Amino acid sequence: MSGFGVLMRRELALAWGRGGGPVVAVAFYACVATLLPLAVGASPQRLAAVAPGSAWLALALASLLSLERLFERDYEDGALDLLALGPAPLEIVAVAKCLAQWISTGLPLALFTPVAATALGADPRLIPLTFASAVLGGLGFAFVGGIGAALSLGTRRGGVLIAVIVLPLFVPLVILGAGAIEALAGGLNWTPGFLLLGAYSLAFMGLGPFAMAAACRNALA
Amino acid sequence: MGMITALANPQRFMTVSRVAAPILAAIAVLLAVVGLWLGFSAPPDYQQGATVRIMFIHVPAAWLGMFAYACLAGSSFFGLIFRHSLADAAARAAAPLGAGFTFLALVTGSFWGRPMWGAWWVWDARLTSFLVLFLFYIGYMALQASIDDEAKAARAGAILALVGAINLPIVKYSVDWWNSLHQGESIFLKGGPALAPVYLWPLGLMAFAYTFGFLALWMTRIQAEIWRRRAGALAVQGAR
Amino acid sequence: MPNLEFGKYAAYIVPSYLISAAGVVWMIADTLLRARRWRREVARREAARDKRQGPS
Repeated sequence: MSGFGVLMRRELALAWGRGGGPVVAVAFYACVATLLPLAVGASPQRLAAVAPGSAWLALALASLLSLERLFERDYEDGALDLLALGPAPLEIVAVAKCLAQWISTGLPLALFTPVAATALGADPRLIPLTFASAVLGGLGFAFVGGIGAALSLGTRRGGVLIAVIVLPLFVPLVILGAGAIEALAGGLNWTPGFLLLGAYSLAFMGLGPFAMAAACRNALA
Repeated sequence: MGMITALANPQRFMTVSRVAAPILAAIAVLLAVVGLWLGFSAPPDYQQGATVRIMFIHVPAAWLGMFAYACLAGSSFFGLIFRHSLADAAARAAAPLGAGFTFLALVTGSFWGRPMWGAWWVWDARLTSFLVLFLFYIGYMALQASIDDEAKAARAGAILALVGAINLPIVKYSVDWWNSLHQGESIFLKGGPALAPVYLWPLGLMAFAYTFGFLALWMTRIQAEIWRRRAGALAVQGAR
Repeated sequence: MPNLEFGKYAAYIVPSYLISAAGVVWMIADTLLRARRWRREVARREAARDKRQGPS
């Protein structure tokens, strides 16, 4: 297990240091949250109606940000080749990278999401569920997004291509996460959405690394 | 299974498809003519009036959008596991056709719904799922287009196609759940036994017509893919 | 017999069919043109290759 610890430490250092780490993601998130009332109009009822959902949308978009560099840097300087030949299987490397991504970017964003939602006018009693679903959703965004990042290795299209591949895959996460919060807001049953969100994120935590490793091997071949 | 392995040889595929594609196309045209004839001869629906005629081109297009993705995913699976270049070509060839049919399903769905709902687009469970399916096609084609190496493009595309295939039922389920939250009913009539036979026949014929048409086009596109790869190989030879 | 009276729904039925027809025609045309283009390309390159290698 110590091998995995070494991997995680490396990935966390990379993720944290990479382009300002969580700061950039949170700053981006704050910008989106600020733009929303400017775009939609500051009427409190209208904002409050879209607040939880918009907070989730901003979470999805912010999660896209650091994806491009997830595998790209190691691919470019040859470190990915070494990792592929190393003692740890590429699947484990993928797990480490996505977990590090989630810890360094996803969790700070998850802390910020209820703040933004409340600032936009959402009911404060939604905060616990918003935070919990943002945490689970961030896990899903990291592991699903990693698939897109791995598939785009070696193409020079980078970020836009990743977005085009990954955003459709984000659809269930957004529907379930935002939907659970909206359900609670409307007094409906939020548990199916929340549980399915958790199941989806965990499932992709399990399956995603296989796709990512296959994509990396394909790019390295 | 025997038919698949028989077709798997590219040479054999070319000879079979050269005959099969035109035949399938002819059958498709015939079925479409009869289907449309019957479809327009049927009386206008009690609720929907004459707009029920749109069903005959909407439902088959939607069915094909899904069927083409199944073909894409199945070919991707074979190409990935058995490293078969014909399967890779088949997957790549299915995508634009599937995207086209999905697009037609979305457009006809919009036209079908406008008289009933008063809006050109609603976030109904069906339409939303098909929009996401369309985006899956676009992402797949974008990925393949951005990788120059044939084999790498095929493998990357195959991985994405299979991830997408896993996602699609989840998308459908989550959209349904989300829709039920907002108390939306499924706006589209459920087909099947509830549909009167006078509508069922033309619908079935059109569905088969579209399917045979797709198969004919798919085979032809795979031929084009094979020729394209051969042209590429000849270019490499000629450069020596 | 086909009943072509659409009444007020003509504005929806006709464009649906026209767009569907256009889409199908586009798919057919694109497919056939691609097939023809690459078949000709292969023939052209094979002829060039045979010419280079000379009568064998």
